[in-house]
Amino acid sequence: MSYNPTEMMTVAAARTLRDSDICFVGIGMPSAACNLARLTHAPGITLIYESGTIATKPDVLPLSIGDGELCDTALTTVSVPEMFRYWLQGERFTVGFLRGAQIDRFANLNTTVVGSYDKPKTRLPGGGGAPEVSCACGEIYIIMRQSPRSFVQRLDFVTSFGHGEGGDHRARLALRNKGPTRLITDLAVYEPDPVTKEMTVTSVHPGVSADAIRANTGSPVRFAAHAAETPPPTEHELSVLRALHARTARAHGKAA
Amino acid sequence: MEGFTHLIPFAAGHEVIRQGRRRLTLIRMTPDLIYDQLIGMGCADKLVFSWVGNPGVGSLHRFRDAYENGWPAPIAIEEHSHAAMANAYEAGATGLPFAVFRGYLGVDLPKVNPNIKRIACPFTGEELAGVPAIRPDVAVIHALRADRAGNVLLEGIVGVQKEIVLAAKRSIVTVEEIVDDFGARSANAVILPSWTVGAIVCVPGGAHPSYAQGYYKRDNAYYKAWDAISRDRDAFLAWIKTNVLGRGPDAFATYAAAEE
Repeated sequence: MSYNPTEMMTVAAARTLRDSDICFVGIGMPSAACNLARLTHAPGITLIYESGTIATKPDVLPLSIGDGELCDTALTTVSVPEMFRYWLQGERFTVGFLRGAQIDRFANLNTTVVGSYDKPKTRLPGGGGAPEVSCACGEIYIIMRQSPRSFVQRLDFVTSFGHGEGGDHRARLALRNKGPTRLITDLAVYEPDPVTKEMTVTSVHPGVSADAIRANTGSPVRFAAHAAETPPPTEHELSVLRALHARTARAHGKAA
Repeated sequence: MEGFTHLIPFAAGHEVIRQGRRRLTLIRMTPDLIYDQLIGMGCADKLVFSWVGNPGVGSLHRFRDAYENGWPAPIAIEEHSHAAMANAYEAGATGLPFAVFRGYLGVDLPKVNPNIKRIACPFTGEELAGVPAIRPDVAVIHALRADRAGNVLLEGIVGVQKEIVLAAKRSIVTVEEIVDDFGARSANAVILPSWTVGAIVCVPGGAHPSYAQGYYKRDNAYYKAWDAISRDRDAFLAWIKTNVLGRGPDAFATYAAAEE
């Protein structure tokens, strides 16, 4: 079966998740990856959205983090202050799944502004749940398409803290969780260097060249000494993902 | 006006537009279409928020036009994270002056928002973040139903609806229906007693295009269509003239109990 780079990215992201994970799901591509994992190799995974829906099992991908089906299929729904205090602040998530508009080589994210804060070139949606997700979930996975505009040398604004300036920056800020441990893009998978924490390519997707990765990054790219090739999506993974997207498209096109 | 995707008070918001209210400070964790419409009609001069956009679709074009270009009027912003605002509403409901939580480390928002401060735990010395409590002048929410005594019931994604009513000096609650009594319900049902609520108005369909659990679903197609309508100032004004200025709250009844 042939597949496109977005499908490769979603499948690679889904594979990072385990049955035992308690996962904070960000909207968009994280939601697709998390639900694909639940529908394939991790049927027991607990998915939680910031709207308060705990252990939700939607049949279609929600357009927003508060779609009705998230509540209908959840074990229980709590208030938003409870979600952010008992559940997130209480460090009950093993993984938080995020994305951003801009990312730097230490996996810090920007979803606030392009340009200056007071007179932005582009005003982005803002941090939402991400700033505290970055500091309170056991580890962070990030899923983003690569381009020189999104993978930058220096962020215009730090919305969510990744590895800061690298090295022991997280420890110096007394952050107890691991921070970003995986970055999955449409071209490769990155992991932080154990010492410098710089995001390093550890797996290249099939058919992607090192030059293509460099061309789609606005800063120098580090490659692991023995970077692997990402196993391509299986027929099963693709058929489940495509069916999920098809059901979603039908549901979201419908008016009330 | 609050509503975390669910129970967003669109009918009430449209009435605010019709009444020509100005110089409002609008507060909401997730401003979406109703705030885009209020801002586009010049009702607000300040927005307090933690995530502004049309979920899954894109930017709020009227907000960005006001913020980036000052059309129809400039708008100031106070920006937070979701955790900060959720904590701040809870502190407001509690009557405390501020909220404390672990967060805002290593990020840039404290540099541009003077309402974020560091505070040390007086017992352990751990450094934490502090933000002022949010105590709105008015809280406007949409709820599922009220009983004849004026108690208000919420269910589903309850968001911060309860917190803002308890944190505010006054509140306005629009409801899908008024019932004689709530009948059989969970012992832990989310209910605002009548003596905590200001005004209650029955506006069936009053959350449309958002949804009301058990009454009607979210109108995702409407949210998607808003992107094109709101990109252009004239298209936006024409839409408002037909759909807001030319109608009343009873126009929402057509959406009530449409598909559940």
